[in-house]
Amino acid sequence: MFSLILLAVMAVIILALCLNIWSLLRGPAVADRLLALDTMYINSIALLLVYGVYASSQLYFEAALLIAMLGFVSTVAVCKFLLRGDIIE
Amino acid sequence: MALLLPWILSIPLFSIVILLLFRQLSRNQQTLIALLAPIAGLLLLAPMIPDLLQGAVFQQQWQWLPVLGLQWTFRLDALALLFSFLIFGIGLLVIFYARYYLSASDPMPRFYASLLLFMLAMLGIVLSGNVLQLWMFWELTSISSFLLISYWSHRSDARKGARLALTVTAAGGLALLVGLILLGQVAGSYQLDVILSKGPQIIADAQYPLILVLILLGAFTKSAQFPFHFWLPNAMAAPTPVSAYLHSATMVKAGIFLLIRLYPAIAGTDLWFSLVSLAGLLTLLTGAYFALFQHDIKGLLAYSTISHLGLITLLLGLDTDLATVAAIFHIINHAVFKASLFMAAGIIDHETGSRDMRKINGLWHFMPVTASLAMVAAASMAGVPLLNGFLSKEMFFSQTLHQSVLGALSWLLPLLATLAAVFSVAYSARFIHDVFFNGKPIGLDKIPHEPPRYMRVPMEVLVALCIGVGVFPQWLVGDILLAASTAALQQTPPAYSLALWHGLNLPLLMSVVAFVAGIVLYINRKELFLFQAGFQSTLAIHRFEGQVQRLVQRCRQFSQWAEPGRLQWYIAAMLWATVLLAGYPLLQLNSLQGERGLLPTDWFSAVLVVIMVLAAMATVIWQRQRLLALIMISVVGLMLSLLFIRFSAPDLALTQLAVEVATAVLLMLALYFLPHRSPKQSAHATLLRDLILAGSCAIVVGSLAYLMLTHQADSVSSYFLANAKSGGGGTNVVNVILVDFRGFDTFGEITVLGIAALGIYKLLTGIPRFKPSADADGRSWALDAHPLLLRVVSQGLLPLALLVSVYLFFRGHNLPGGGFVAGLVTAVALIMQYIAHGVDWVKPRLNLQFSALVASGILIAWLTGAFSWLFGKPFLTSWFDYFDIPLLGQIELASAIAFDLGVYLTVVGSTLLILANLGKLTTRHKPEHRGQI
Repeated sequence: MFSLILLAVMAVIILALCLNIWSLLRGPAVADRLLALDTMYINSIALLLVYGVYASSQLYFEAALLIAMLGFVSTVAVCKFLLRGDIIE
Repeated sequence: MALLLPWILSIPLFSIVILLLFRQLSRNQQTLIALLAPIAGLLLLAPMIPDLLQGAVFQQQWQWLPVLGLQWTFRLDALALLFSFLIFGIGLLVIFYARYYLSASDPMPRFYASLLLFMLAMLGIVLSGNVLQLWMFWELTSISSFLLISYWSHRSDARKGARLALTVTAAGGLALLVGLILLGQVAGSYQLDVILSKGPQIIADAQYPLILVLILLGAFTKSAQFPFHFWLPNAMAAPTPVSAYLHSATMVKAGIFLLIRLYPAIAGTDLWFSLVSLAGLLTLLTGAYFALFQHDIKGLLAYSTISHLGLITLLLGLDTDLATVAAIFHIINHAVFKASLFMAAGIIDHETGSRDMRKINGLWHFMPVTASLAMVAAASMAGVPLLNGFLSKEMFFSQTLHQSVLGALSWLLPLLATLAAVFSVAYSARFIHDVFFNGKPIGLDKIPHEPPRYMRVPMEVLVALCIGVGVFPQWLVGDILLAASTAALQQTPPAYSLALWHGLNLPLLMSVVAFVAGIVLYINRKELFLFQAGFQSTLAIHRFEGQVQRLVQRCRQFSQWAEPGRLQWYIAAMLWATVLLAGYPLLQLNSLQGERGLLPTDWFSAVLVVIMVLAAMATVIWQRQRLLALIMISVVGLMLSLLFIRFSAPDLALTQLAVEVATAVLLMLALYFLPHRSPKQSAHATLLRDLILAGSCAIVVGSLAYLMLTHQADSVSSYFLANAKSGGGGTNVVNVILVDFRGFDTFGEITVLGIAALGIYKLLTGIPRFKPSADADGRSWALDAHPLLLRVVSQGLLPLALLVSVYLFFRGHNLPGGGFVAGLVTAVALIMQYIAHGVDWVKPRLNLQFSALVASGILIAWLTGAFSWLFGKPFLTSWFDYFDIPLLGQIELASAIAFDLGVYLTVVGSTLLILANLGKLTTRHKPEHRGQI
């Protein structure tokens, strides 16, 4: 029962990922696409965590941690680029 | 005593190292260190002299590459002793002389180091007991003489002369190598002893003519024999001490030494006879003739050297034992008087500022002592009695009388020898008369005077030897000449007498004729000069330089064709090569499908793949809007990481994520230097061409991937899987492979990474930059460069990220992680600080030398590897053990951790070196727009 619920949750998250890519492709502004990418990072984290619980393995949590940390840096860098045209100044 | 032989060679090396390490020593100290080598060498030789004169041969050898017949063999016999004496003795005097010759602005250590290197190379030739080893030292003389001739590298004539000398002698050296290899094959060994004992067998071999011609090519180019003599006059651009050493006693004698050394093995045939004597005769005559017309003193001496070398070669070519004795005797005499004459030329050049004999006249009044010394040496060169040159010339004359080289025309040879002697007297007379008498100096920059006292000492020693040998030949050189001749011929030479007076005979008459005719010729030289001026001659150096320039031009054209400097072209070439090389074998296969079946697809993965494909296509479609393309490719990276995790490759996923972010930051920094939109669509033909290339790549790579995945190949991975824990002490096989099993590869990779980072850092200087004041849509930039929220969050992120990277680092050996990922995480976290706070804020807080970080990383990795040497194990042997520590429990310590630390530091240093410096670059050149809208 529990695993079924987990599978359902994963299906919903994957659906969210599909919507993310739709939003990414549609735009129209760069900021919209950037938001979509960031949401994609968050959804990936969720997917990994749920999959880790489903597969009863801790290995996936670290990848999730890394996505959380590095995805943030990536998003920040693009934001900085949009705002200032230069990320390190 | 043979044990001392390698020491003789290593002492110059020792002096070279000291000279190059301690460049700030005073000139006198440097001279002393340089002098140490020949003095020590002579002292080492001294105790062996009595045995050697009795015909002993000292030999010592080590195995080097026995499979190739290559052994380190040092062999000292009387012939080698004689040459070692010349090399050390004249080297000693030249080093002493150079101390006064070189001006304060000439770098002394470089000069002495090159000279000693040359000395070492010459000794190597002389002391080699293996012909391949001899050849290596032979090439070393070519290279070190190149360094010496081009010592004044700011002068164009020095560079050209050095290039010409190197080209000619090195080309000859290559011919020699082939000749020696063939010789060794025929003789069955490369050891000199064996070759010398197999003379008849070598001569009888069908390959003998080829061997002889190749070896002669090597010897003739080195000893400036006609028609290869042209490099020697151009080598006169060298500093005079170099000429005194290389072109009197050593370098040019190397070729002759080789002929004498191999004499028992390859001489004694008609071919030897005609080739060697003909080359010698032509050289003797052309050298003597052209020497008379040189206006440069050193030019005169150079052509005279060529002529005397020709004389020695001719003697060897006459192919009688007695002629060989005469040749060896003349080698000694020529080295002594020619070295002193070069030194005189150097003194004159030094004190008058010119070497042109049309300007420097009447120096007798300004430097009587030098003039007397030079005149004695020149008289010896002319063959005046009571001097050493006379004795060997007499022997030469008498040898020309007792031969039948030219059959019925053999009477021609004494005649030609006398003719050469006539010119020899004439140019010697010119050297004496034109320089020291003949009126007053014309148009000199300074008033000539005697040189410093000690600058004359080497000349005095040599001139004393000229006279000493001339008067007491038997007493001074009789023993060594006999022993050296015996060693050269491998048998006792026929009886001869070294005496001043042999009675009234034909050779004496030839000398007298040559002397009188020479003086007459000199007096009437005006006519001869006019005659010679009628020839339009292009100098060899100009023709050679023309060829070199043309060759350089060709190479440049080729490299411009092969390297147009367009990235597209390179990538296209690489991809086409891949398509062809990888595609061709695919055509040979019947089916892609291997023995492994396909796994069932799950819908989650399929959706991820679809998202990835969509993002990849969007990247291509939006490639001209660079930021958009960057965002889309981030999606590809993210999906790829998720797929890696799905298919049980967490290591790859972690690395992929970290690399992804570092790359994105790098690309955004690079975008700063690019316009927002790239140029318009390419032409349709170009588009089609690129589509075909991309399509072919996709087909080939896709098929290959399918092929690999469906085949069950026996690979090394099963070995790694089985041995990771027992052999490397870790359960994370990927990491154990990286830091242990294939640690040497990783070491190479981090070295390359460090070099690449340094290269990029260097390339970053001088990039043109331009910063628009608004973004692509015309909005002006935001005012706040470092938003507060971002600053606070990123500061909070740093310790977290460092913690994660430490965790990943230590866990790497057993579970996913390792130095590489940890390094990237640390680097990204630090870069985050640069983004949030700016370069000016980070710099005082993170005072790290990134290049030093890279260097220390590589060093730590190397030390970890080298540490195993202490235990007599090969490089990078790993070690691990488990310890029980109270409270902490069982802990594993592995040498791999230290190695991984090196990897970690290199990665952090390299990444920051690139990213932080790129960031600094944009900061430094930002236009002043702050505070404006």
